[in-house]
Amino acid sequence: MSQTEEPADGEAEPEESPARGVDYDAIEGLLGDAVVSRETHRNAEGFVVRADRVQDALSSLKEEAGFDHLSNVTAQEYADRFESIYHLKKYDDPTEEVSVVVPTPRDRPVSQSAEPVFRTADWHEREAYDLVGIEYDEHPDLRRILLPETWQGHPLGRDYNQDKPQIVTFEEHENPLADDHRDADTMLVNIGPHHPATHGVLHLKAVLDGETVADVESDIGYLHRCEEQMAQSGTYRHQIMPYPDRWDYGSAGILNEWAYARVAEDLNDIEVPEYAQVVRTMSAELCRIAAHLLALGTFCLDIYGDFTAIFMYAMRDREVVQNILEDLTGQRMMFNYLRLGGVVWDVPEPREEFFAQVREFLADLPNRIDEYHDLITENELFQLRTVDTGVLEPETAKEYGVTGPVARASGIDYDLRRDDPYGYYEHLDWDVITDDGKDNYSRLLVRMREVEQSARIIEQCVDLLEDWDEEEREIQANVPRTLNPEPDAEVYRAVEGAKGELGIYIRSDGTDTPARFKIRSPCFSNLQALPEMAEGEYVPDLIATLGSLDIILGEVDR
Amino acid sequence: MSREKPRDDIIDTTAPQTKTREDRMSEVDSRFNSTLREAFGSTPFILTKFDSFMNWVRGSSMFMLQFGIACCSIEMMHTYAVKHDLDRFGSGVPRASPRQADVMIVPGTIVSKFAPRMKRVYDQMPEPKFVVNMGSCSTSGGPFQQGYNVVKGTEEVIPVDIHIPGCPPRPEALVYGIAKLQERVRNGETSPVTVKPYELEQFGDLETDELVEKLADDIDEESLVMRYNWADSP
Repeated sequence: MSQTEEPADGEAEPEESPARGVDYDAIEGLLGDAVVSRETHRNAEGFVVRADRVQDALSSLKEEAGFDHLSNVTAQEYADRFESIYHLKKYDDPTEEVSVVVPTPRDRPVSQSAEPVFRTADWHEREAYDLVGIEYDEHPDLRRILLPETWQGHPLGRDYNQDKPQIVTFEEHENPLADDHRDADTMLVNIGPHHPATHGVLHLKAVLDGETVADVESDIGYLHRCEEQMAQSGTYRHQIMPYPDRWDYGSAGILNEWAYARVAEDLNDIEVPEYAQVVRTMSAELCRIAAHLLALGTFCLDIYGDFTAIFMYAMRDREVVQNILEDLTGQRMMFNYLRLGGVVWDVPEPREEFFAQVREFLADLPNRIDEYHDLITENELFQLRTVDTGVLEPETAKEYGVTGPVARASGIDYDLRRDDPYGYYEHLDWDVITDDGKDNYSRLLVRMREVEQSARIIEQCVDLLEDWDEEEREIQANVPRTLNPEPDAEVYRAVEGAKGELGIYIRSDGTDTPARFKIRSPCFSNLQALPEMAEGEYVPDLIATLGSLDIILGEVDR
Repeated sequence: MSREKPRDDIIDTTAPQTKTREDRMSEVDSRFNSTLREAFGSTPFILTKFDSFMNWVRGSSMFMLQFGIACCSIEMMHTYAVKHDLDRFGSGVPRASPRQADVMIVPGTIVSKFAPRMKRVYDQMPEPKFVVNMGSCSTSGGPFQQGYNVVKGTEEVIPVDIHIPGCPPRPEALVYGIAKLQERVRNGETSPVTVKPYELEQFGDLETDELVEKLADDIDEESLVMRYNWADSP
C-alpha cells in the first residue's frame, strides 16, 4: 500500500488481518518516533521508518520484540521514491512477521544500513545497491555484488536502458592481506569461477597463510541471469511458473514452484483443492529426495575427489526419482508441474502402476541409505575430514539468516513445513530433523535423515491418493484466465525449499504482471556465512564446508 | 551389502591363480583374438591415410572438460554417470583442467560477467578443440534471452561445433550430440568460422566512446576487457 498519500491507511482494516499473534500496536509503541506511518501488507504490518533510524528500529525489534530473523531485504523504485523493505521473522515462530519499510527520496536514495544489527543485511543491501541503486550509509563494503564492477546503471531501476553497451573487465585479483605481514606471508588463491569443487560458477578469493585460510570472500554473479526481471515481465497465470524450476536446479523444481504458487495464491485469494495439495506434497518431497541425493553425491565428490562409487550410487538413485517425476510431470528436471490453484494434471494412468513404482522406490530406500551410511558416515577417513570442521554456531547462523538443513545441523529447530504450515504437511506424520553437531558431518547427516522423513511423507501421500474417491479428485481450483490482483497489494511468503527458506515478495500494480518480484534465496544467505565457517581452517576443509553448504549457483545469483 | 560374510571366491581356494600367466606363455594370447583381427586375416597390416587414422583416433578418445555452469550441468553429470555412461562412446572422462581437455560442453547460461572467463578457459585448451553447446541457453540465451545480463549464446564468444536443443536436453540427447561430434571429427570436419562479436581486448585498444571515456579512470590501460552489448547482438 502506498503510504504518504493515505495516512488513514491503518484504520481501514482489510478483511483478512495479517496479524497472526503479533501485537502490532505494541510494536508501534516500541519503535516510537522512528515510525512515520503504518501500512498493511498481506503477510504482516509494515512500519514506515525514517531513513536515518533504521538501526534503532531494527535493533529494538530484534532485542525487545524477538524478531531475530531478517529473512529478506527487498528494494524497489516507485515513481516518487525508493523503498527498502526489511522482512523480519522469528526463528521460534516464523508466522510472527513484521516488515520495516524505509522510503528514501528519488534524488537522494540514501538510507541507514542494517548491517550492524543483522550481519545478513550486508549482502542483501549490496544486492539492493547493485540492482536498484539505493545507497546505504554505514555499510561496511557497499559495492556491486552480482553485476561486474564496471557496470553502468541499476537494471531494476525505472530509467535503466538495457540497450546501452557495457564493458566487463578481466583482471587479476589482488590479495587483500598482501600488506599485512604480521605473522607470515599470505598468498591469494582463486578458487573458481571455473573449478570442479565450487558446484557451479562461484569464485572464492581465498587468502592462505600456509595451509590455513586467513580470509575468504565469495565473488558471485557469474550466473546472474535476471530471474527477477524475467518474472516481472511474465504474467501471473502461466508465464512465471517455468522460471522457478531454474532457480534451484538441483532437481528441486517443484519445491521452488511451490514458493511462487504459494505467494501468488495468497495474493489472488485462490484456494487449492485438498487433492491437489496432497499431489503437490508428494511431488515436492520427491524433489527434496533428488536434491538431497545430489547434495550427498557432490559433497562426497569433493571429499573423496573422484567420480567413484558414492557419486555413481547417488546418481543411480536420482535416476529412479527422476523417472518417477518424469512419469508424473513429463520432464526430467524442469517440471513446470504446479499451476496456480493446483497442479497441471493428475497422476498418470494406470495409477496403480505409478503408485507401485513409487512404493518400490520407497521400499528400496532404507537399504540404499544403509549402503550410504556404510560408505560415507561410517568411513573413518570421511569422519576425519568432516567432524568438527566448518563449525557454525547457532547464534552466528541466525545472524546470517541461515535456514534449511544448514541451520538444522546447527541445532536450530526451524522448518517452515511445520512452523508455517502449507500444503498437506500439517496432516501428516513426520519429524523435523535437527542435529547439534554444527559441523560438516552433521550437515550431511541431517540431509540423509531428511531423505528418510521425505520418504515417510511420500508414503502417507500415496496411501491417501490411492484411496481417494474418483469423483473428488479435483486437481485445480477454478482460476480466471487472467489474474489482475488489486493494485499496490504487497505480500511476502516463503516455503521450505531444498536448501532452506525460499521466499518471494510480490507487489502488484493492478496489471497482470508483478510490479516487483523479489526472490529470497536460501543459498544466498547460507553462502554468506561461509567465511565464519572456513576462516582459520585448512583449505581442504574450506572445500568440504562449501560442499556441505550445498549451494546451487542458479539460486545464489538468480 | 552384507559385511558378516566375506566374498566366497576369495576364500574358496588357496591355490595360485595361473590362468593369465599360462595364457601369456602360450604362443598366441587368445585375449587379443578379436573379430576385427580375424577379419584382417593373417596380415596384421592395414593401409590408410595418416590423416584418417588421426581423425579416427581423435574421435574415439575425447576428453571432456569438467565445466558445470547451470541447470544443464546436472543433466551432464547424469550423462557421465551410471545408466547413460558417456564413457561407453569413448568420450566420458571429465578433466578438471582445460589443458588436458579436447571437448568443452557448455552447459548453461552465459552472462556478461562469465563470458570473459569462459573465453579464457577455451583459450587454455590445446588444439584441436571442440565445443558442444548443451541446451537453449548456450545456443541462444534460451528462456533468459531478454535478460539485461545474458549473452545470447556461446557462439557470440567462441566457435561452436554442435548445438543440442532442449531445456535441459535429456542425457540421450547429449549422447547423440557427442556421437554427432565424433562423427564430424572422424570425417575431419571442424567448426564453421563464426562471427565472434565478443573478444578479449586490452582496454587501451578499445575505440574511444562515451563509455570508454567514463571508465578511463577506473580501468588500467593494459587490463583485459570485453564489450557487452545486449541490444546489438543477434
